[in-house]
Amino acid sequence: MSLSLLRRSGADRQLRIVITPPHRWALPNVGRLWEGREILVRFAARDITLRYRQTALGVIWVVLQPLLAAGVLTFVFSSVAKLPSGGVPPILYTFAGMLVFNLTSSVVTRGSLSLVANASLVSKVFFPRLLVPLSTAGSALLDFVVSLGFMAILLAIYGVLPGLAVVLVPVWLFLTLCLAAGVAFVTSALTVNYRDVQYVTPFLLQITLYASPVAYSLGKISPHYRIIYDLNPMTWLLGDMRWSVLHQPMPSPIILALSVAVPLAVLLGGSLVFQKMERGFADTI
Amino acid sequence: MNREAEPAVAVSHISKQYRIRQRGEAPYTAAEAALGLLRGRTKPKYFNAVDDVSFNVAWGDIVGVIGRNGAGKSTLLKILTRITAPTAGRAVLHGRVGSLLEVGTGFHPELTGRENVFLNGTLLGMRRKEIERRFDEIVEFAGVEQFLDTQVKRFSTGMYVRLAFGVAAHLQSEILMVDEVLAVGDAEFQEKCLGKMREVAKTGRCVFLVSHQVQTVRALATRALYLQHGQLIYDGTVDGALDVYKSSFERVGTDDLLEAAMRPGTGEVRFSSVRSSRDSYDVAEEKVIEFVTVPSPLANRHHVRCDVLDVNREVVARCDSRLVEFYVDPREEVHGRIVMRTPWLRPGVYTVDLSLWGMRLVADAWHGACSFRVLPILPYSGAAAADATEGAPVVSDFSFAQQ
Repeated sequence: MSLSLLRRSGADRQLRIVITPPHRWALPNVGRLWEGREILVRFAARDITLRYRQTALGVIWVVLQPLLAAGVLTFVFSSVAKLPSGGVPPILYTFAGMLVFNLTSSVVTRGSLSLVANASLVSKVFFPRLLVPLSTAGSALLDFVVSLGFMAILLAIYGVLPGLAVVLVPVWLFLTLCLAAGVAFVTSALTVNYRDVQYVTPFLLQITLYASPVAYSLGKISPHYRIIYDLNPMTWLLGDMRWSVLHQPMPSPIILALSVAVPLAVLLGGSLVFQKMERGFADTI
Repeated sequence: MNREAEPAVAVSHISKQYRIRQRGEAPYTAAEAALGLLRGRTKPKYFNAVDDVSFNVAWGDIVGVIGRNGAGKSTLLKILTRITAPTAGRAVLHGRVGSLLEVGTGFHPELTGRENVFLNGTLLGMRRKEIERRFDEIVEFAGVEQFLDTQVKRFSTGMYVRLAFGVAAHLQSEILMVDEVLAVGDAEFQEKCLGKMREVAKTGRCVFLVSHQVQTVRALATRALYLQHGQLIYDGTVDGALDVYKSSFERVGTDDLLEAAMRPGTGEVRFSSVRSSRDSYDVAEEKVIEFVTVPSPLANRHHVRCDVLDVNREVVARCDSRLVEFYVDPREEVHGRIVMRTPWLRPGVYTVDLSLWGMRLVADAWHGACSFRVLPILPYSGAAAADATEGAPVVSDFSFAQQ
């Protein structure tokens, strides 16, 4: 659906809404998204409120979940499988990986289901639909911030000092969000038509978890498989994050460039696909 | 302000086309879709829900949109509220649009009343400041002060609707669109809502109102649009549109299966046929309505509601099967028979609205499912001029005696 919203000049500041059939491809209207920012905040707040309403432990789950997951992964990959962890305590290495992976996984999982979960809204109220999958980033961000705080505590306990690159953490956070949101835009839009997607996504995320160096470093990976890792955007972002948080070696300039360019491209592509499919949402959801 | 020069809403040649999914064709999984592509498509069937509709609305108008089930009223409103996109045409709206297309739209059952007011208000396009400023007004209008911090899943339907309408009505929108939501509230609240809508129109804004209730449209609208099969048949006075609407019920029995799918309701169970056992009855005779349901693999029992409406589309009698402990087992093809002994009906043409209800939701609502005529054959021993029976909605079974 293409809309043009022109603020009229003059005292009445009247709105003019033009409704026409949709164009084939269109980028989301950034102005409209900005106007809807309060919806974004409300959705995110609602998600966070609802996640822990009627739970006994409440917000403690935010801390408990990543800690338990990191513990299990560390045990499996370091203690049992004896894979290297880049010279820092395995739990730190894994936890830093989980920071990136959980953020991605959470945005993609929640995002995929978001449109269908809000079906009644999508078919009854008008607002930029892109805000629905986007809003899932809110609750993922909360998890990230809490985990990051926990990371800081772990670093202090183990006496590991991050380098100057720590200032780049927000950049990696932003890029991870772009990548995850881009994927979530596509999966959420597809889920409207094909509910299969909701079964495939968790499976693919599971594979990503094991096929990316989340709980182990690339040191022992045979050169045959190395290319798969090198082409995986998660590998780049994990490397970037560990460089910033754990004082690991700086990724090569090519990787750095790619880890900026690819997530942005995925975000752009994802929103294009989403916008194209958006016009059918209310009719098919 | 240059409002008079331009209409509030200008709609030109708006159409909305749906592709009808035929049995076995609808791909519900990606695999089926892929298979469908390989097999080559069967020729799709198209259906115009809204067909080349054009009209203008001036500021201060309250426009009633009427038409029978599946005439395209709701689709038109969905296009104008930008929920769904038109396939062709163009509409220009000169102002913010507030809409209330269904009870509690945008309400989340797990959130409290207060949280929902903010969420819903934001969705309708209000800024936080604006909601805060009008919060007390909204709550007072809805009359739910004590329950503000209760989750709305514990609200009664009435409270739910009142709060939802409260938010929508207090939105400072230039154009308000309301679709069949007032049917739920009690009479007092309905009156309140009507008042609110008049107020909105008086301040120079405009209101769109879709309703099956003739009383509501007549009480409120200043002009009306009558839609039939997606086309705009009549655009003019309310009375004129209502005449067209009423006359459409005289040609009943033409509904085909396509229309069955377009009838409101969840569609879990549907009627396959409804008919009056005779075309005409005497005033005091039993009126018999027969219906058949389509079996569906469901366990929940449903009840049937039969409303008899007079020529003005006002309900004269309601026969709800729960009151006589009759339920439809959806797994069977039920052949039902409704015998209505009273009230005695005045001579004239009556239509029957038949609906099937699950636990709370309507499964199939068939407006104007059938009609019958009551002949002017009175059950009284004496005779009198026409004024002896005129004026009252029903004919009474009475006697006079000297004590």
